[in-house]
Amino acid sequence: MHTGRETYLDWNATAPLRPEAAAAVSEALASWGNPSSVHRRGRVARRIIERAREEIAGLLGGVDPRGVVFVSGGTEANNLALLGTDRERVLVSAVEHDSVRQVLPTAETIPVDRDGVVAVDALDRLLAADPRPALVSVMFANNETGVIQPVGEIASLARRYGALFHCDAVQAAGRLALDTGAIGADLISLSAHKLGGPPAVGALVVTGDLDLASLLRGGGQERGRRAGTENVPGIAGFAAAAKAAVEEIAAYDRVRVLRASLEAEIAVAAPEAVIYGTGVMRLPNTSAIAMPGVAAETQVIALDLDGVMVSAGAACSSGKVGPSHVLAAMGVDAALAASTIRVSLGGSSSETDIAHFLHAWTALRRRHRGFSERARAA
Amino acid sequence: MSPRQLSRTAANTPPIYLDNQSTTRIDPRVLEAMLPYLTDDYGNPHSSSHAYGRNAAAVIHADPREIVFTSGATEANNLAIKGAAHFARTYSQSGHSRGHIIALQTEHKCVLESCKELEREGFSVTYMPVEPSGLVSLAALEAAISARTLLVSVMAAHNEIGVIQPLAEIGALCRSNGVLFHSDAAQAFGKIPLDVEAMKIDLLSISGHKIYGPKGIGALYVQRRPRVRLLPLIDGGGQERGLRSGTLPTPLCVGLGRAAAIAGEEMAEEAERLRRLSDGLLRNLARRLSGLRLNGDAERRLTGSLNLTLSGIPAQALIEACPSIAISTGSACTSASVEPSYVLRALGLSDELANASIRLGLGRFTTAAEVEFAADALAAAASGLTGRDGTPT
Repeated sequence: MHTGRETYLDWNATAPLRPEAAAAVSEALASWGNPSSVHRRGRVARRIIERAREEIAGLLGGVDPRGVVFVSGGTEANNLALLGTDRERVLVSAVEHDSVRQVLPTAETIPVDRDGVVAVDALDRLLAADPRPALVSVMFANNETGVIQPVGEIASLARRYGALFHCDAVQAAGRLALDTGAIGADLISLSAHKLGGPPAVGALVVTGDLDLASLLRGGGQERGRRAGTENVPGIAGFAAAAKAAVEEIAAYDRVRVLRASLEAEIAVAAPEAVIYGTGVMRLPNTSAIAMPGVAAETQVIALDLDGVMVSAGAACSSGKVGPSHVLAAMGVDAALAASTIRVSLGGSSSETDIAHFLHAWTALRRRHRGFSERARAA
Repeated sequence: MSPRQLSRTAANTPPIYLDNQSTTRIDPRVLEAMLPYLTDDYGNPHSSSHAYGRNAAAVIHADPREIVFTSGATEANNLAIKGAAHFARTYSQSGHSRGHIIALQTEHKCVLESCKELEREGFSVTYMPVEPSGLVSLAALEAAISARTLLVSVMAAHNEIGVIQPLAEIGALCRSNGVLFHSDAAQAFGKIPLDVEAMKIDLLSISGHKIYGPKGIGALYVQRRPRVRLLPLIDGGGQERGLRSGTLPTPLCVGLGRAAAIAGEEMAEEAERLRRLSDGLLRNLARRLSGLRLNGDAERRLTGSLNLTLSGIPAQALIEACPSIAISTGSACTSASVEPSYVLRALGLSDELANASIRLGLGRFTTAAEVEFAADALAAAASGLTGRDGTPT
């Protein structure tokens, strides 16, 4: 049954643009100068960027704004972190986003446990085994399961071995109150569009005194760490979204309650369903749910026909849905992994949204179980 | 009201903008096309990007599948040069690796810096001198190409001096030697006719904000037949056929597409209007300022672009004396620097003359009245700085 209602539960793919961000983008589009120009138009654009740097620093509980390097998004931030630090060894967790995992073919993998949490003792052994200068890259929270990593522990371990620590906080920023001190990372990746800013803008935040080789060479923008005329409207929108996200962080307490009711309903309605990471710390908005025997693709399409938008794991390249490397790393059986969808909520998600999802999901389940039972009976 | 009576000195009056090489005001029609995508439409656009690339492709006679969206021309230039070099190094066959790159000394910083990075990695680079006109010498280019040459990078139209290079001739020379031809067309795209097929261009860089479109978006044309192979600079989700990972920014792609379509439609008319304006400006200034010289070829240049040396008048002082007009000494990327322009030095100008040079860039929204006002302001300021009236009468 499609009531015409649309329910968006794919916030980990992208979040709707916040009105504050839309206003900031429109305003900055109208003031259009090149921030490197010395004349007045240039100086106006420059001021927008420098103010934005302070807002982004605020998103991380206040770091030195000069450490904020604006880039074209989370993917570039991750690439820049791994390639710009030029460490001989790079260790990445098995559940990292492809923009970390695919960057260096020589990167070593840090295993995770069955809940998807990085095995800190394994990382300890990896670092102890080889004294070369290393970079450790572990995300704050996973995009598919929402599972939160013990970043503080990883940071102190890295520090003990003289390794740099990069943390991809793209999914966590704006959903959890972040504190750079607590994360303890040398480099933090952020994306605007995941927290209600415009697409094509993000930041790599360098918290300490660290040389970063530019990935893109050219004019000396961003203190020589990222060439190219700055995306001023994008940066303005990013800042406005970050400010709003910090102010409205409490909305995620409500989101956490909504998710809890969603998962409780699923457990009651479908005892065979599997929800990942429920025993460990997770983002308040993410739920990875398996409906055994029904392909994730089938679920996504059926839910979409009913007006509910979710995804089958990470939505990255066009139509490419492979097996989830995240679930595989957690030791999830391939068939079960292939029947797992990701439901991700956001600040404006409502009880009605959850009810809509549950209605469509249980109807889909009934149709498939009915079919299976008829098939068995035949 | 004549432009002379316009008061442009008040601090709250926007200066007359004659710095269109640096960036352009977004066209209201582009903004209008983008706004619905900023407000109404969300959803990770993992759908095909071909639709967005169609307009940009049409302007250069390419196929939409040959357009790779990037964050701007700097990234496009980095991707073209380093991507081609890294592919050649990784997949060289039978030990024969083409490890030589040719770029003009007057290329944009992002091309030169990409080349320098490759030099540090073991590639060899020839930085070709140019003629005093700023044009490439085809004979010298031919002589520089060897069996080891992988790629030639030549800017289509220059950001500081506006000269337009003989692209078809360079393309023919490259193609006959099996060398890739990359052209940075950030300034040329949408301003002069470009045909990647006829000009035998393999890789071409495009910028959004130089054509009255948004910042934060550009594109690289990558020829499909025969296929030009690159290694990506930014890896991850595999978007843009693996050449450029990262969520595609729909509003910006729409903006670039609309800007390209407008530029394609209005190119000829706009170029002619800017020719009249800039010729008039040049004549006006030449009449009033003795010793004025135009840098770069007088004929083969973008019609809205003027690079002028006012002998004996330091450009910085002149710019400061003209707060009512926004102009620059050269590339915005380096305009905070006090070094004389390396581009003008490559044309044979002395440091002193290079430091006495300004760049004027007229654009779509420049009016005749603004140009007249700017000529008066510049002439008056220049006279003040030389301590004498440059007007012959």
